[in-house]
Amino acid sequence: MHSEGRPTQPRAAAPPAAQTFTGNRALQIHEALIFDIGRRDFTGVDLDPPQKFTPRLGGLERQSEIGLPGLSEPEAMRHYVKLSQKNYAIDMGPYPLGSCTMKHNPRLNEKMARLPGFADIHPLQPVSTVQGALALMEELSVWLLKLTGMEAVALTPKAGAHGEMCGMMAIKAAIAARGEASTRKVVLAPESAHGTNPATAAALGFSVRAVPAGPDGLVHPEDVAAALGPDVAAIMLTNPNTCGLFERDIVEIGRRVHEAGAFFYCDGANFNAIVGKVRPGDLGIDAMHINLHKTFSTPHGGGGPGAGPVVLSSRLAAFAPVPFVRRDGEKLTLVEESEGTDSFGRMAAFHGQMGMFVRAVSYILSHGADGLAKASEDAVIAANYVRVSLNDLFSSPFGDRVCMHEVLFDDRWLKDTGITTLDFAKAMIDEGIHPMTIYFPLVVHGAMLIEPTESESIVSLTLFIATLRDLAIRALRGERERFLGAPHYAPRKRLDETAAARKPVLRWTPPEQAEA
Amino acid sequence: MRYLPLSGQERDDMLARIGVTSVNELYADAPRDTLLTEPLGLPLRRTELEVERRLAALAAKNVAAGAVPFFVGAGAYKHHVPATVDHLIQRSEFLTAYTPYQPEISQGTLQVLFEFQTQVANLTGMEVANASMYDGSTATAEAILMAHRVTRRGKALLSGGLHPHYAETARTVSDMAEHEIALLPPDPRGTEDLIGALDDSLSCVVAQNPDFFGNLRDLRPLAEACRAKGVLLIAVVNEVLSLGLIESPGAMGADIVVGEGQSIGNGLNFGGPYLGLFATRDKYVRQSPGRLCGRSVDADGRPGFVLTLSTREQHIRREKATSNICTNSGLCALAFSIHLSLLGETGLKQLALINHANAVALAEALEKTPGVEVLNRGFFNEFTLRVKGSAADLVERMAARGVLAGVPVSRLLPERGLDDLLLVASSEINTDDDRAAFLAALRQEL
Repeated sequence: MHSEGRPTQPRAAAPPAAQTFTGNRALQIHEALIFDIGRRDFTGVDLDPPQKFTPRLGGLERQSEIGLPGLSEPEAMRHYVKLSQKNYAIDMGPYPLGSCTMKHNPRLNEKMARLPGFADIHPLQPVSTVQGALALMEELSVWLLKLTGMEAVALTPKAGAHGEMCGMMAIKAAIAARGEASTRKVVLAPESAHGTNPATAAALGFSVRAVPAGPDGLVHPEDVAAALGPDVAAIMLTNPNTCGLFERDIVEIGRRVHEAGAFFYCDGANFNAIVGKVRPGDLGIDAMHINLHKTFSTPHGGGGPGAGPVVLSSRLAAFAPVPFVRRDGEKLTLVEESEGTDSFGRMAAFHGQMGMFVRAVSYILSHGADGLAKASEDAVIAANYVRVSLNDLFSSPFGDRVCMHEVLFDDRWLKDTGITTLDFAKAMIDEGIHPMTIYFPLVVHGAMLIEPTESESIVSLTLFIATLRDLAIRALRGERERFLGAPHYAPRKRLDETAAARKPVLRWTPPEQAEA
Repeated sequence: MRYLPLSGQERDDMLARIGVTSVNELYADAPRDTLLTEPLGLPLRRTELEVERRLAALAAKNVAAGAVPFFVGAGAYKHHVPATVDHLIQRSEFLTAYTPYQPEISQGTLQVLFEFQTQVANLTGMEVANASMYDGSTATAEAILMAHRVTRRGKALLSGGLHPHYAETARTVSDMAEHEIALLPPDPRGTEDLIGALDDSLSCVVAQNPDFFGNLRDLRPLAEACRAKGVLLIAVVNEVLSLGLIESPGAMGADIVVGEGQSIGNGLNFGGPYLGLFATRDKYVRQSPGRLCGRSVDADGRPGFVLTLSTREQHIRREKATSNICTNSGLCALAFSIHLSLLGETGLKQLALINHANAVALAEALEKTPGVEVLNRGFFNEFTLRVKGSAADLVERMAARGVLAGVPVSRLLPERGLDDLLLVASSEINTDDDRAAFLAALRQEL
């Protein structure tokens, strides 16, 4: 660059910042909607018109205009790159969302999932032409079964909640096979459960009976026993639980549940704390979903797609959904029909989230059995390190005790500051850190659930802890402005969620229609 | 291990700070005899190169659609996706972000969802669309549950032209939830009498267009008959590209439109992840499942986006939620939205027309081929071919000749006397040479 006459140092007294013409602030750039940028008569894809032919649409040609803007390739590139820059991401810094498990997403997994032999095969092409895909599904199944110590696996479920549906359907089918469909209509769920648990049970026609958690944050066998009865189909228990604790009495709980003729569903959202350390099958569990997007690090993608394979005990194996892979000597086949079997049937088109299976296998092979156990351990060590580094300032709802992969605080320590958990979380945004999970689990007031994961280095953890300590001290000192107006430096300040729900605007409308 | 930053020394220092001497002390609440003391006899860690070789070897055992003349459809379609799409969805900020629960630092994802919802609403001819579902089949099952809520009735009627996997999925959910469901027999020629099967005990009728066998169906008379009986019409779209050429379900009077969005922006991926589309009328939105993004303002009055109407959802409503769903197909929705932004209305119509032209060209050639019969009168980019003998055997033999010719109907509907039916799809990827290869292989194997 030509530097003749160009100042190379800032001015001694820099004038104060002015409002910009555009409203932009350097790298914080406003981006209009595609409907404002694009034009209906423009396309960013070059297509040759077909040769003249006689359409066979039977008079059903689309008459109405669609209303879709077209963008050139450079416009599209800028639009989406600018939008992306308004997101926080695990690739930028700590993302300590408890229960969500935001760990590093290796790019090898992306590369493998994009191999044409996996990405460009059709679910219904002849099975003779997809033997490698079926082998990959088999390989994933073997790993999941060995890591969990279970009998069978259903790969179809498309997310954790869909996996819950799968496991509970298998339980319902097993109960029906015993002739108890009309008597066992209740599902037990602790108050600390993910909202999906009661929602799943209700969707399958069960009523939900809450089981209290003890003052130590754990579910106690006597409370389960008190809730059990001949009307109970199953218990849905999360382990490690949503307070970040290992359910110490889980084996005893399982024994009592089975004694009462019910099944034991485990929400496997937190399996990542115990992979290679404890096998759920050894704990008496009958069904558990595994969130591949948590434990095995398939990317969350801004809210999906997930994948939620379900492992089943010998009590439930026969009721697993179709399809599944079967080995016949050298040849692999797909069993796609449930007719004449105990299978509860099909719960989605095709064979599951293959793209996620490839990523998960790539992750699993990279770690190996030793690496998977170390990942669990490192996640647990990191959470406990955060715990002991913050517990003199933050309040622990269940006393000072060892946690698993996530540490839970409540908001008692913020009492009298006028600052809420939400305010504290928003101040973390200004520090360039994504907030932890807040207000979940519901059993704790103003919950802050921190899951650092195994992906944070000691340098990153140290800064994370120092930042939270600094914020906590300022909160306790009464520096309310920092918190109540936060975030100050994000692309947007706090958004009005009440107004959004009161008068929902769920789509763009052309200006003339919007006025009318 | 390349993904784990903590060194042995750092781990030891942290354990000391925590106040324990070994990591297993942190697992003290696990029943003693369940704590594993050594690896499970499974393979140990591998280098990136080793993993890449192992997986590439498995991938190489599959026949990729792009490597052969390819005519397979039946609910999943091969289309060309611009390179820009895959580049953009791999941006870290899209790929490695969570659900946008903190809107101030998730405006990118949220604006994409708002644009996506508008695109889907316009494409389907509906007033409002959600931020996506798992896939078309599960979206269909959710639509039926929603119709039950809206009408306070508990019985669904499924057309014989509905994709059999969708029908089975709906039946499983319905049986498990103890609702009623009636399924008309497979309808290869699209001549079933749905209107005659209507009665006012039904909450909804589920009809697909183009149907599973490729027939185009005018849903308008059905919609009118439904309205008269207080029954909701759920229209299913398997091949979303068809909406570039065919009248929208909204314009034909559907109350809920669900569909599979894989065709736009997303690859075949052996069946998943795909993209469930869900659109309906404004008045039903509070009964709808899944995530919704809405426009709002921030504390400075600047426009921004948030997830909204979450009082329908499981994390708030628990057992009273409209669905247990807690994810959408965010990244697949992003791919869809980018591809559709590039196409625009003009490109979408043109692409749909090319698909139709290629399918017509193949059908016309087949109509001149002795021994086979095209069953459909109208179709978009897929039709049903009647062959002599078993279509499944024919597909295998043609595959051995390097042509993936389609989906035998018996694969999805076994033992229904439909063994001689073959679904054949043709899209913009097919060249004149592909078509010639198809016809040559067919003639040799017939």
